[in-house]
Amino acid sequence: MQGSTVNSEQTIAVAQNGYSDGHGASHLEDHPDHRIFGLYMFFVAESFIFLGLFAAYLTFRAVTPEWPPEGTPELELLLPGINSLILISSSFVIHKAEDAIKENDVKGVQLWFAITAAMGALFLVGQGYEYAHLEFGLTTNLFASTFYVLTGFHGLHVAFGLLLMGSVLWRSRQEGHYSAESRFGIEAAELYWHFVDVIWILLFILLYLL
Amino acid sequence: MAQTQVRPLVEDELPQEPKGEWKKYFTFNTDHKVIGIQYLVTSFIFFLIGGALATGVRLELATPEVDFVSRELYNQLFTIHATVMIFLWIVPAGTGAFGNYLLPLLLGCNDMAFPRLNAIAFWMIPPGGVLLMSSFFINEGAAASGWTSYPPLSLMNGKSGELIWILSVLVLGTSSILGAINFLTTIIKMRTPGMKFNNMPLFCWAMFAASILILVSTPVLAGALILLSFDLLAGTSVFNPSGGGDPVVYQHMFWFYSHPAVYIMILPVFGTISEILPVHSRKPIFGYLAIAYSSLAISFLGLIVWAHHMFTSGTPAWLRMFFMIATMVIAVPTGIKVFSWLATIWGGKLRLNSAMLFAMGFVSMFVIGGLSGVMVASVPFDIHVHDTYFVVAHLHYVLFGGSVFGLYASIYHWFPKMTGRMINETWGRIHFVLTLVGFNLCFLPMHYLGLMGMPRRVAEYDPQFATINTICSIGSYILAVSTIPFLVNAVVCWRSGEKAPANPWDGLTLEWTLSSPPPEHNFPTPPVLKTGPYDYGVRERRGSKKRPISKLRASDILSN
Ligand code: HEM
Ligand SMILES: [Cu+2]
Repeated sequence: MQGSTVNSEQTIAVAQNGYSDGHGASHLEDHPDHRIFGLYMFFVAESFIFLGLFAAYLTFRAVTPEWPPEGTPELELLLPGINSLILISSSFVIHKAEDAIKENDVKGVQLWFAITAAMGALFLVGQGYEYAHLEFGLTTNLFASTFYVLTGFHGLHVAFGLLLMGSVLWRSRQEGHYSAESRFGIEAAELYWHFVDVIWILLFILLYLL
Repeated sequence: MAQTQVRPLVEDELPQEPKGEWKKYFTFNTDHKVIGIQYLVTSFIFFLIGGALATGVRLELATPEVDFVSRELYNQLFTIHATVMIFLWIVPAGTGAFGNYLLPLLLGCNDMAFPRLNAIAFWMIPPGGVLLMSSFFINEGAAASGWTSYPPLSLMNGKSGELIWILSVLVLGTSSILGAINFLTTIIKMRTPGMKFNNMPLFCWAMFAASILILVSTPVLAGALILLSFDLLAGTSVFNPSGGGDPVVYQHMFWFYSHPAVYIMILPVFGTISEILPVHSRKPIFGYLAIAYSSLAISFLGLIVWAHHMFTSGTPAWLRMFFMIATMVIAVPTGIKVFSWLATIWGGKLRLNSAMLFAMGFVSMFVIGGLSGVMVASVPFDIHVHDTYFVVAHLHYVLFGGSVFGLYASIYHWFPKMTGRMINETWGRIHFVLTLVGFNLCFLPMHYLGLMGMPRRVAEYDPQFATINTICSIGSYILAVSTIPFLVNAVVCWRSGEKAPANPWDGLTLEWTLSSPPPEHNFPTPPVLKTGPYDYGVRERRGSKKRPISKLRASDILSN
């Protein structure tokens, strides 16, 4: 008796060599080679939340006779402009961290991440300051509501980015946690930060410039 | 038995169910097979709950007066019924259960790309579901504005129930997005060497198409719900016309998700049906490429037809025309699939077991729903039947006659693989007959009710509809009863059914090359394909490029 009812002859021939290309990943570990790919999928999903909100904003704008509705105070451009510059330049700063880790320079990563995080925090402070000095509130009118929801939702993403950077900084204290070969956390935080940046640019054009 | 020494042990010789094995189903397990079964059992429990709610709805509608429950409770019943059926049963069962269980096995890999993420996605379902059900027990009661939750109505009923509804849909939607990330990465990156897109099993194609839809459309629903919750809690009036907002924008965002959602619910089942029919007809699938690419066509078209739910929402005439035509075009890829399935079983040696019966039931019931779909797609007709029982009939023919029949077929088909036991066929057939009869008794007359103008979502109705409604209610009781033989059968056979061989149906896809149930790490080495997934009756593979061709060609039918 063969003992096995597995009829491998019928449809497969088992390869003699073992798993060399990562097919052997265990149930316990996320597949290392595909995490960046998965991250891009996640960005697709995230983009569609924002695209949905943008589309809603544009529709409101199109169907409302006067936009922004009568009596909405003008938006100040200076502060958000500076804020945008801070956020955009921070994307270049965080990129330095990737260059650094490719050289196995963990100290460099810590430096660039700390600067980026500080710039992100500054952005949030700036946004808080702007909120505090705006002459309309969340419920003033349709423009005000969408303004706060959109910028607030983006702000939440910035805050989450700070958490990500914090956790990279925390882990990097451990010797050898990150290296040129093992740098997913750093790359992920960086890509996420670029993503948040791009969203801000679109948001800024939509809310302040259009 | 001397040879046991030299050959490696195979699963069947190992103790099959070590004591306490069942406990793993209650843990944060990262094995895709465990997760698949967790999804299936959990969502089936919610199917039973949703079914109980539906029975409540039908009990109320058995008579024209409001007698069984209050109007308020009636509204909660149908709202939560639909929400449970969609977000806690069909979506997690179609994508979560079968996607997780089958994809790695069909693709020849050991697990999903991100096993931990997979477990996280599953473990969002039970809390999301419990949260939703808990809203029945709060003072104001559960959400009561329909599963569509249109403002301003949804802002006028109880706030807490509505908030719970929003939160739980957000949780369940997130879970579904995480799942889709996993499915897409696994399908794109983890196919066994030698498996190209164009020879992977059709279920993988279907999951590919469905996952794209999840990834693109579910976030938009999340956006809508975020705005809705501001209206609900923070006093904004984004969707509230009395404060300058526009409720129609909510409808657009909602249907931008929820029309694709109907394909999220049907595509995985299209996939499993494409696996089941050839196996039990002993014939190659007809039109492999047509079925594969029509899934992609459906997911593309599915994204641009959403406003057919809004023909009566003041949508401008030119836009209605666009959405009407685009909607009708979807019938083309759908029809391609149906005809390919028919051609697949045409002239086959059919094995009329429970899986096949449900699969054939699926094809026939789904076609009825597809036809009524094309009817409501036409604007002048829809203006008459929108928000009547005609729409209820349509959606149940596609969702129950389609998705649920298909899920049952899939459960019967893969039961031996999942549990290692055969399921009793006699009881399976009894289950099928009860389901088919109960289903048609319940939903076929609704077409007529709708044409006569009976509105949906109202607890009382004109007495002239009484007889037909009673018939519908009787059908629903039969449906409720029909789950009993299935449940008993499944539980008994899972525990003590006849042991299943590795390949009880002589299938050719990779899962059947493994023992039943498959070993923990699936394939010891990446499997090398020797035949295509549907090469039934094909002696040898004629070069890897040739796809098996069904003996039936279009000209055969035409010349007959
Ligand atoms: C041939 C393909 C189909 C066409 C042309 C079609 C068309 C339509 C149209 C125009 C409506 C809106 C009716 C109204 O509210 O007045 C509708 C409703 C609906 N359809 Fe379909 N449909 C098709 C297939 C499907 C499939 C495959 C599913 C699900 C598996 C589905 C599920 C639904 C649901 C759930 C509703 C009701 C939504 C609600 O208002 O609650 N349809 N369909
Ligand atoms: Cu639709």
